[in-house]
Amino acid sequence: MSLEKSDVEKIAHLARLEIDESTIPDYARDLNNILDLVEQLSAVDTQDITPMAHPLDAHQRLRPDTVTETNQRDAFQAIAPKTEAGVYLVPQVIE
Amino acid sequence: MHNNTLKQLSDALQQGEFTSVELTRHYLDRIHSHNANLNAFITVTEEQALAQAAAADEKLQAGNAGPLTGIPLAHKDIFCTRDVRTSCASLMLDKFISPYDATVVEKIADAGMVMLGKTNMDEFAMGSSNETSYYGPVKNPWADDRVPGGSSGGSAAAVAARLTPVATGTDTGGSIRQPAALCNLTGLKPTYGRVSRYGMIAFASSLDQAGPMAANAEDAAMLLNAMAGFDERDSTSVEREVPDYTATLNDSLDGLTIGLPKEFFGEGLDAGVAATVETAIKQYEKMGATVKEISLPNTKLAVPTYYVVAPAECSSNLSRMDGVRFGHRCEDPKDLLDLYQRSRGEGFGDEVKRRIMVGTYALSAGYYDAYYLKAQQCRRLIRDDFLQALEEVDVIMGPTAPTTAFKLGDKADDPIAMYLADIYTISTNLAGLPGISIPAGFADGLPAGLQIIGNYFDEARLLNVAHQYQQETDWHKQLPEAFA
Repeated sequence: MSLEKSDVEKIAHLARLEIDESTIPDYARDLNNILDLVEQLSAVDTQDITPMAHPLDAHQRLRPDTVTETNQRDAFQAIAPKTEAGVYLVPQVIE
Repeated sequence: MHNNTLKQLSDALQQGEFTSVELTRHYLDRIHSHNANLNAFITVTEEQALAQAAAADEKLQAGNAGPLTGIPLAHKDIFCTRDVRTSCASLMLDKFISPYDATVVEKIADAGMVMLGKTNMDEFAMGSSNETSYYGPVKNPWADDRVPGGSSGGSAAAVAARLTPVATGTDTGGSIRQPAALCNLTGLKPTYGRVSRYGMIAFASSLDQAGPMAANAEDAAMLLNAMAGFDERDSTSVEREVPDYTATLNDSLDGLTIGLPKEFFGEGLDAGVAATVETAIKQYEKMGATVKEISLPNTKLAVPTYYVVAPAECSSNLSRMDGVRFGHRCEDPKDLLDLYQRSRGEGFGDEVKRRIMVGTYALSAGYYDAYYLKAQQCRRLIRDDFLQALEEVDVIMGPTAPTTAFKLGDKADDPIAMYLADIYTISTNLAGLPGISIPAGFADGLPAGLQIIGNYFDEARLLNVAHQYQQETDWHKQLPEAFA
């Protein structure tokens, strides 16, 4: 299986990445090479092997449902690209 | 001053031979002289460093200083540092001033250390040569036409050139150990969960781990003492007591069993590196260790498994860089989709985009089982190989990297060739095991590293095994001529 130009465009769209048209063939080549490398895994017999999510098979800890964070809106918004009256601004979404 | 161990610096500070401000100025001067050429630092925090040093001197004078009080260090620019730019070597975060400190940064500051600045790295830690940095490549102090390794290449070059006594690094597939090998350093990747990941910008969350990069094992042990420990702010942090890593450095190696995986000595290993590693292992035999050949049969699956797991997790982690709340935003977005696509398209470099796309593809509808789930299963096979081997041997040894430092530009256009630079280090990340790289000698004038892998939470043993070797050899004391 090999990724075509249209596949790369679709993946870039899913990843919300603008890719310059002229670089698509390079990305297609590189992604195909990486997927070829990964392809070796399909030959491995992994029946009955439990997928490993955490090296120590640890589980998520629970904590009491209490407030631990203080409000730091001003500090967080100081580094935002665009804010106004305490809200983050993006281009108009709803007409 | 810069030829002293941390212990010597610590003693000198405590005895008032020099002050932390003097020591800090000495390293800042070295940075000013050499950084323009090496490009090891992205940001130098001179003012804060001198203020921290002055505060350390007060503690030293008052007699309530710890072993690290007043000693300078550098942080890889992946650790969030309050009020200081934290760029992750990306245009995306070029103007990002972190509003908080990473736990590692906080703990090290609490220990009284002085931050000299933030070191260069591969963009978002994705690379093995430091060439993917938005701020340009770092040069290897041993040969300035060669790479220092990566992704913690700036930290490695900075310590190797003694622009800082010690530095932090992070290791997702070899990013502490491989640059340590290429720059003649001691670099330790601890057990997954040993050091908090809070405030360490995430690349692949199930693999990332922070650790010390130092001139020798004793220095690494002292820094790890300050870094390790449970943190409730990191959901994968492990609640387990932290030993004093310096306490067991002098334990005897009598009776130590070393496993040599035959898969680590096969095709692709440079002959010079192989000879260096074999000589180092003979030295261990002289010191009372016994050697046993072992097999890690699934070693060949490590690189392909990693290139599913790591990109998949990075595509998810980097989705937060969307140009809305922080980071780069494109000019005049025409709508929300345009804002996302152009901000990310402009903000990320090629290698980061490649990995995001591989991960996006691997996680997309219809492919999840064939890629991510399959890789998680292979990951268990790789881990089980190690656990089985570690029932028979105490530690596993082999080369850290297949070659010495390669030339700048040599592998920059071939992602797969670059990925194979981590062929011996990746499997320990997948297994979550600790690994250390130590200077083992030189091949054609360039440093080569010996990798030592241990069982979970065996950091103290790895440091002990490394330290004992460093009592018998002086590879770790060699400095590149221009920086002696």
